[in-house]
Amino acid sequence: MTRPVLVLAALLALAVPLSLLAGRVWIDPASTPNAALILAELRLPRAVLALVLGGGLGAAGAAMQGYLRNPLADPGLFGIAPGAALGAVLALFIGVSAAWMLPAFALVGAGGAMALLALIAGRTASPANGIALFTLAGMMIASLAGALTSLVISLAPNAFAMSSIVTWLMGALTDRSWQDVSIAAPLTATGVVLLWRAGRSLDALTLGEAAARSMGVDPRRLLWLMVAGTALTVGSGVAVAGIIGFVGLIVPHLVRPFTDRRPSSLIVPSALAGALLVLVADMVCRVLPLVTELLLGIALSLIGAPFFLWLLLRMRRGLA
Amino acid sequence: MSLVAKDVALAGRLAGVSAALEPGRITAICGPNGAGKSTLLSVLAGLLAPDTGVARLGERALSSLPPRERARAIGYLPQTGEVAWDVSVSNLVALGRLPHGDKGDEAVARALGSCDLDAFAARPVSTLSGGERARALLARVLAGEPEWILADEPFAALDIGHQLALLRVLRAEAKARRGVVIVVHDLTIAMNHADRVLVLDDGALAADGSPDEALSDEIIARVWGVTARWTGEPQARALVVHG
Repeated sequence: MTRPVLVLAALLALAVPLSLLAGRVWIDPASTPNAALILAELRLPRAVLALVLGGGLGAAGAAMQGYLRNPLADPGLFGIAPGAALGAVLALFIGVSAAWMLPAFALVGAGGAMALLALIAGRTASPANGIALFTLAGMMIASLAGALTSLVISLAPNAFAMSSIVTWLMGALTDRSWQDVSIAAPLTATGVVLLWRAGRSLDALTLGEAAARSMGVDPRRLLWLMVAGTALTVGSGVAVAGIIGFVGLIVPHLVRPFTDRRPSSLIVPSALAGALLVLVADMVCRVLPLVTELLLGIALSLIGAPFFLWLLLRMRRGLA
Repeated sequence: MSLVAKDVALAGRLAGVSAALEPGRITAICGPNGAGKSTLLSVLAGLLAPDTGVARLGERALSSLPPRERARAIGYLPQTGEVAWDVSVSNLVALGRLPHGDKGDEAVARALGSCDLDAFAARPVSTLSGGERARALLARVLAGEPEWILADEPFAALDIGHQLALLRVLRAEAKARRGVVIVVHDLTIAMNHADRVLVLDDGALAADGSPDEALSDEIIARVWGVTARWTGEPQARALVVHG
């Protein structure tokens, strides 16, 4: 156990109870009527889902930054989450009935996007000028998946279905149930384990692909771990809560200075910090006195986009 | 064990190169730009499979070795010098233990020591000078304790002092019965510090022998297309190039 892990675990231990009590209605367990019911059926699944989603996105972001050697990598920005959304929307469009089909489609969409990204990464030889090129390529995958998703939605026969899909895509944890948790939690946990197992190979990649291979890293095994790991973490998250962007970008940067900066040291702390960020952000969304609840995905984009710009400026000065 | 290339050919890059390299010596691979030097080194490192021909470590084809076993036997230092994350020098060097799957604290400490990096162990890589960084990258290879050290232009962008420091480390490794293979552009380094020189020209072996033989005035004229003459004493020769 490293210190960042312990500190983050302690912060989570504080934040979870607080998030259970906070909301449009502040719960006082002693006096609020139906407190137990609200906690068990509304707030607790929502909090657990926030932890699961944030953990998955944090781990995926850390692993992707290591794999692509690109500090700007993010599952949302680079098309993994949009790929998952495309898969999920396709599942809705086709009208699949079984409950597991939508997450399955989302997983395939996310994995496909990651494989495509890795394919392009293999073609950009020089990492020095590759970062800019590659970031653009990732964003193009994201916009392509987004455009295809819009296309599928616009072909939807039913206007009500359309608007509910659009809202879901914006990303939120409102009114999620234990059933959503039971889908996302095991898949995300499996994904985080796979990404964690990629850690040592990601460390080797610090010295470039040729050096990593010369140290015995099997690029195919690593690719497989990355595709499966991001598909499970990001795909299952999108399936239950839509696209929640920027967590995977922000979190590794916040955590990195407190670690030894090896990619493998970053994955578990990033999962914890991602869980904390999404939990707190969702809590803030609930508490803000707006007419309707601010959607979590929108809130995180409002924080994340300026953060991305700030990173870009810092990189230009060669500090990142 | 010897490192052998037998009739190694790769479309457009290498045309049937054969050489049997022995441990305990420094072998330099020289040649003009695009002659296939780095390609040959990658083949010898087992990173690139030739179209025809075979690269062997002892009697075993590199392509048949499990990657980690190959990695324990052959250390490879790429030309790029990329370090994507700002890790500490000791963590960078410890990456060399990956093929062994252990922490190898002693090997890491030895590698830091032989590259004169003891004082830098805790420093982030970004704070190193070019010469210190080159030594740290070489120390990473040494930490894996490979039988063979293959380095692609390790002296590029280093000043003379740092070049000599790196050469001293490589010479010590060769004395310890490891094989050292370096790709070098600087013919003076090859002439004064290598035990054997392979000269590549357009993907084929143009010369193979002691530095005096392989880098003779005639071969330099033929391969590089320049008129040049060696002056000075053995081990301290300088190349005078006429326009």
